Amino acid sequence: MIIQGKGLSYRDINDKLRTADKEITVRGCLGQRFICAGMSDVSVTLEGVPGNALGAYLNGAGITVNGNAQDAVGDTMNDGRIVIRGSVGDAVGYAMRGGSIYVKGDAGYRAGIHMKAYKDKIPVMVIGGKAGSFLGEYQAGGVIVVLGLGTSGRKIVGNFPCTGMHGGKLILRSDCRDIAFPDQVTARPATDQEKNEIDRYVSEYCRLFGGNKEEMMDHPFTVVTPDSKNPYKQLYVAN
Amino acid sequence: MGVEFIYPEFEVVRNYDRCIACRVCERQCANEVHFYSEERGVMISDEAKCVDCQRCVSLCPTRALKIVKSDSTLRENANWQNDTIKEIYKQANSGGVLLSSMGNPKPLPVYWDKILINASQVTNPPIDPLREPMETQVFLGKKPSRIERGKDGKIKCELPPQIALSLPVMFSAMSYGSISYNAHASLARAATELGILYNTGEGGLHEDFYKYGKNTVVQVASGRFGVHEDYLNAGAAIEIKMGQGAKPGIGGHLPGAKIVGDVSRTRMIPERSDAISPAPHHDIYSIEDLRQLVFSLKEATQYKKPVIVKVAAVHNIAAIASGIARSGADVIAIDGFRGGTGAAPTRIRDNVGIPVELALAAVDKRLRDEGIRGNVSLVVGGSIRSAADVIKAVALGADACYVATAALLALGCHLCRTCQSGKCNWGIATQRPDLVKRLNPDIGSARLVNLMTAWRHEIMEIMGGMGINSIEALRGNRLMLRGVGLNEKELEILGISHAGE
Repeated sequence: MIIQGKGLSYRDINDKLRTADKEITVRGCLGQRFICAGMSDVSVTLEGVPGNALGAYLNGAGITVNGNAQDAVGDTMNDGRIVIRGSVGDAVGYAMRGGSIYVKGDAGYRAGIHMKAYKDKIPVMVIGGKAGSFLGEYQAGGVIVVLGLGTSGRKIVGNFPCTGMHGGKLILRSDCRDIAFPDQVTARPATDQEKNEIDRYVSEYCRLFGGNKEEMMDHPFTVVTPDSKNPYKQLYVAN
Repeated sequence: MGVEFIYPEFEVVRNYDRCIACRVCERQCANEVHFYSEERGVMISDEAKCVDCQRCVSLCPTRALKIVKSDSTLRENANWQNDTIKEIYKQANSGGVLLSSMGNPKPLPVYWDKILINASQVTNPPIDPLREPMETQVFLGKKPSRIERGKDGKIKCELPPQIALSLPVMFSAMSYGSISYNAHASLARAATELGILYNTGEGGLHEDFYKYGKNTVVQVASGRFGVHEDYLNAGAAIEIKMGQGAKPGIGGHLPGAKIVGDVSRTRMIPERSDAISPAPHHDIYSIEDLRQLVFSLKEATQYKKPVIVKVAAVHNIAAIASGIARSGADVIAIDGFRGGTGAAPTRIRDNVGIPVELALAAVDKRLRDEGIRGNVSLVVGGSIRSAADVIKAVALGADACYVATAALLALGCHLCRTCQSGKCNWGIATQRPDLVKRLNPDIGSARLVNLMTAWRHEIMEIMGGMGINSIEALRGNRLMLRGVGLNEKELEILGISHAGE
């Protein structure tokens, strides 16, 4: 089913998504916020540019954006999949707990902050291009991958990545010599086993967006993990 | 010992004529103060571990125990008081940030105690609540500012979602994790029986408590713990926690040691991992951003749930509230600087924020002046200690009050203020199964119902005394209040006259 998004408010669009088929295309999105908020069993393709908080609290639905997306994509997402065939704005995947987000291009500031994991829920966010500052701040679980495609030798991550990180891992397709990490994390080259894991993400990326997987894998990868699940343990004295 | 030694704060006084060495005190004390000396055949106490929670005193079958404040004296003066000196020692010993529990204990003004309530005499007779109907029910949510008619000329009766409360009180946010399963069970059951709401705090909603959803506020804080579709739809309302009166401007941090078993499951984070709620919501840097979170929650719950935005009472609270009232929120909750906490840095708790009485009066006035008071309901907490405080808050402009410390006291809390240790002997602020089971939810909920039923009677009696038979007629009715011992500025902010005027 195809919905013409032009002139529709976000409430109109979401009402249609809740009642329509399981497979829906929305044409002519123009900044409507909250599309698919909390939805679980639809598969939605968006054309145009959806507004902020796309797929907030997403609970299993699938979203593909044939274009760019704005801020707060996948906020507090619990399950499902978001594929962006372009770039995303700030705070993508804030506090996401499950599901996956694949971004063909770049991500803005604060991508994946406070991402968490729980039991079988291990969220994955793959960013094809570069990520802005504060990547993975307070990360408590899950996997964030930044491939840095098309950055032609420049830094693939902005300033202050992993501040307050206490779980999960960050994988960067870079030797990271130009990136400063905080004290409470360890950045090291990926092991062979981790390369296998990375191979899965890169394969999926290439399946979705195209590209030469072998070329992408033939590159140094850095894995960043926190040293402790309890980074603030020593800070207090009972009074 | 030596330079690191700090003399214990309390002394355990045991009447050996009464002590039968039954060892109840030993079994009851999670701090391991009491022990039995085989050699001497008597009970001995290590008062250095005592926090004065009164558990042993309350359960001693022969009333052989009492706890007193130690009279071992530092050479205090008006500037360097006992606590101030000891805090220096603790920090010099450890290098740590001081961490405290419960509300601000400092002798700062409690404005509730400087406000007096009116009563009718002669010309405007009081009402006897035993004889005449009295309405204490309130509805929280947006109220339309004018009557609208449809094309057929009929009045449009649809209202935005409202929360009905049988009395203007709710139990405020305390997370599962900071307090126990049985404490939550007690609050949830009491709220259901009373027709009011309790609040999950930011720790998620335990699967056993979904059935109390109609009487539950589910909270969304910066850590977003346990927040998912079912959770958002489970409650009667959703609260966005921007701040807390005990620790304005800083986040929360539940240590990994407390993230075990059910707490881990309910927060949906791994065991032993710290639960860190950052100070800001990192996606909120403006009222427009707040509006976005408010509407993403409304959209996810299809506009069926009122959204509460909770903020700490801080200097510019009136302007902040004005922004929130325009953000699409249905209710603003303001938490004063005396609000409680399971753990907060001492310096923040004791020095940051403002009294809720002043914040409430300022916010209510500002929203009225701007013509947007009907956009939101106002809920105040931190700290509301009695029915009289509730009446005064309503007369200052509140729609309802949040109550937490008083509720914990009803459950058995003795305000020992060591919640952060996780060894609460009353089974409230602990996750240790042997301690949690000491709080029986049957008894706990019954005591909460008792407390609120008593408050409701008192509220009706005070209202009757003023000649008011509906709590709605008291809201913002500042003529019913007078100040005592307040200066002109304080009276101006509170919007009340001095007693005698």
